Amino acid sequence: MSGPQLKHVGLNLTGSDELEPGEAALGLYGFWIFLMSDAVLFALLFAVYGTQLSATVGAPGPEAEFKLGSAFLETLILLTSSLTFGLSAIAMKYDRTRTGLVVWLCVTLALGLAFLGFEIHDFVAMFRDGATPDRSGFLSAFFALVPTHGLHVTAGCLWIAVMLVQIAVHGTDPRVKLDVLKLGLFWHFLDIVWIAIFSVVYLQGTLG
Amino acid sequence: MTDAAIRYALFGRLDAKAFPFVRAWENPNLSEIIGAAAGAMVVIGAVALVVVLTWKRWWRPLFLDWLTSLDHKKIGIMYVVIAGVMLSRALIEAVLMRAQQSLAVNAPGIVAPEHFAQLFSTHGTIMIFFMAMPFLTGLINYVVPLQIGARDVAFPLLNSISLMLTAGGAGLVMISLAVGEFSTGGWSGYPPYTETAFQPGVGPDYWIWAITLSSLGTTLSGLNFAATIYKKRCPGMHLTRMPLFCWTALCTSILMIFAMPPLTLATALLALDRYLGFHFFTNDLGGNMMNYVNLFWLFGHPEVYILILPAFGVYSEVISAFSSKELYGYKSLVIATMAIGVLSFTVWLHHFFTMGQSANVNAFFGVATMTIAVPTGVKVYDWIWTMFRGELRFTPPMLFSVAFIMTFVLGGITGVMLAIPPIDFVVHNTVFLVAHFHNVLIPGLLYGMIAGYQYWFPKAFGFRLSEGWGKISFVCWVVGFYLAFMPLYVLGLGGMARRSQALFDPDYEPWLIVAVVGAFILLAALATLFVQLWVSIRDREHNRVPVGDPWDARGLEWSIPAPPPEYNFATIPRVYHLDAFYWRKARGDAYKFADSYADIVIPKNSWVGPIVGGAGAACAFGLVWHIWWLTILGFATAWLAVIARSFVRDTHRTIRAAEVESTERRWLALAAATRPIPRRLEESSANLGLAEPFPPEVTA
Repeated sequence: MSGPQLKHVGLNLTGSDELEPGEAALGLYGFWIFLMSDAVLFALLFAVYGTQLSATVGAPGPEAEFKLGSAFLETLILLTSSLTFGLSAIAMKYDRTRTGLVVWLCVTLALGLAFLGFEIHDFVAMFRDGATPDRSGFLSAFFALVPTHGLHVTAGCLWIAVMLVQIAVHGTDPRVKLDVLKLGLFWHFLDIVWIAIFSVVYLQGTLG
Repeated sequence: MTDAAIRYALFGRLDAKAFPFVRAWENPNLSEIIGAAAGAMVVIGAVALVVVLTWKRWWRPLFLDWLTSLDHKKIGIMYVVIAGVMLSRALIEAVLMRAQQSLAVNAPGIVAPEHFAQLFSTHGTIMIFFMAMPFLTGLINYVVPLQIGARDVAFPLLNSISLMLTAGGAGLVMISLAVGEFSTGGWSGYPPYTETAFQPGVGPDYWIWAITLSSLGTTLSGLNFAATIYKKRCPGMHLTRMPLFCWTALCTSILMIFAMPPLTLATALLALDRYLGFHFFTNDLGGNMMNYVNLFWLFGHPEVYILILPAFGVYSEVISAFSSKELYGYKSLVIATMAIGVLSFTVWLHHFFTMGQSANVNAFFGVATMTIAVPTGVKVYDWIWTMFRGELRFTPPMLFSVAFIMTFVLGGITGVMLAIPPIDFVVHNTVFLVAHFHNVLIPGLLYGMIAGYQYWFPKAFGFRLSEGWGKISFVCWVVGFYLAFMPLYVLGLGGMARRSQALFDPDYEPWLIVAVVGAFILLAALATLFVQLWVSIRDREHNRVPVGDPWDARGLEWSIPAPPPEYNFATIPRVYHLDAFYWRKARGDAYKFADSYADIVIPKNSWVGPIVGGAGAACAFGLVWHIWWLTILGFATAWLAVIARSFVRDTHRTIRAAEVESTERRWLALAAATRPIPRRLEESSANLGLAEPFPPEVTA
């Protein structure tokens, strides 16, 4: 690497002298574009959800089915996991022993799994009440939007697990560092989407 | 477990009735026999391919040199091959439909209604997703890195995955000919007709998953091209020094990134309806099909510009090269391109003026639609002014460009007519609309792609395509187009509904006969393209252009040998001016030995692309037929391949500087020994790819 730092918005990759100049920036740039495309997908899911709000056709609606307490707990867990991911990125930058990176990634993974656990618990409760997606347009839209986010979190958890194995195999070589940065973008992006879900779906559904 | 349960677990919904041969055997009418013959063509074609590959011992080179290659040039060529194969099928289907309509005025004709509906559904689906998209993606892949002075695209492996996903989708559409049936819901697949209530069979499922594979591939391609153009330009290649084709490629890529997700979502939600009983677009329980229509056209209208803009780029390159002039109004062309890109997201509603919005909403979208004609008009004038007082040569690419200008303006005018909601109400759903969109897409896409293919072919393969056959083909494409589609305007104004399998007004018949004659001429046009290719390969020793600049052209892609070495540029060029290579030639600065050469690192071949594409297609086939083990296997294989790849660190190889230098030295020695030719000898075998410098009074 030519200079002491690479020009991108994330943390710089100090010490990753094996990367070609611009290589990290190119990879991250491509990932930003991917996230943009993914954001369009979520935006449209929100739009569809908005148009289907009133299409409850006698099936259970938002007031009966959404539990604000549970959703708030999930929000806290996911936001905390973003903080712990940030700590792992800082550890990657400053801690040469890798312990910090691995520990914080594991904490993030645990929080991600906990989030999924609570979410699935909510879904199961809804199913038990007969609030299934084949009952109404509203429930269809709900079960398209929120589980799509859940699938993204699942993919993120799988990705963290893969990165932990990679760290064990390759240490923190430039490729691993770059992938952790991309994973970070992905993870924080999921947080932002969740904040929108919490506001549009749960707050609007229970308080609105 | 019962036998039936075991059979379902293994084969899902697949049974003997799925094969058109069995259906034709049990019920031998003409329509079924035509279906079986089409299925047989797929099977025979596949078997013939296997036999030839085995006989010629081409399996190893096929996989090791091509399918696993990450070289953007080879990937581009493979995209164009897919487009050629799919174009052949969809054009034959078009001829069959025209034949049916010309024979079906108060008569049964040759194909049954269900079969006819499958024909127009596959024709549209293939032409858009598996002919037009691969063709333009192929050209962009081949040309853009060369034009911006790069050695490859930003993400070569992703490029291979995109190609293979597209190929998987195309394969799925081909398989539907021999196994099962295709959707009868048209290329746009409107629910609720495509819901299980009306089409419980596999048809819409084939459509959904073929489209999904292709749209995933296209999203990734758009991402890749955008990153390539923004980040991989050579020193001095400012955005405003890029050839116009790169600008149109950039705009198309941006549209792909933003416009493909709505399609992916529309088909995914339809799949949820069909597979899990959701109610997005059903008639009952709160479904709302307008959501589908909006999502689909939120993709579908930008898609039109995804298709047309690269062709605009090709015309800009071709007209400038064969007029020996700098493009007139370069900046206005760039601005017009980007304006079209933005406006393309503001007009989707004009596809359904008649679906119940208020008059004011329709008026807004009507005006927005007409606005697009303004930047497009700017472009037309720019091309005309580029030709004005140029040193014009009417080679096949140039002929296609000129025919495009005339024909496309006609199609644009009928487009403005359709943008007026009251007129749209009258001709909506008639063949007037069919005439209009063929009138813009055939000149605005297909002519451009053919022109680009003829223009860059010598660069890719090192020899020119026969101009004689090119001109014959050109005449067929133009005459065939006018005969096939002008009658449809008349018929549309006369009230003939589109997608009609049977007709009852005898006055339609003469026009339909003219149209079918046109369709046969278009088929001949395609045949002449293949003859041209065959003749040119046969005579390649006489048509070689090894020095690499057969047209005295302007962009960096012409500054390297034909065919180019796999690393493209021996040394990364530096650019000081628009039309970088022409500028260098004018200053006597081309074909110079560099001070020094360095090692070049290029990506190794990878099996990940073919594995992901094959597994994706298998997963989709499993979904279509409810063969769940295949679905899970395919899905898991694709992702495991990607994850396994992330552990591989040995992904590049180095070409030594000495090797680069000796290759470059040989080529420069050839260039020095070659006689430069004047433009009037361009189409003769004296053209070895070295252009005589233009007299200064003409270039000034």
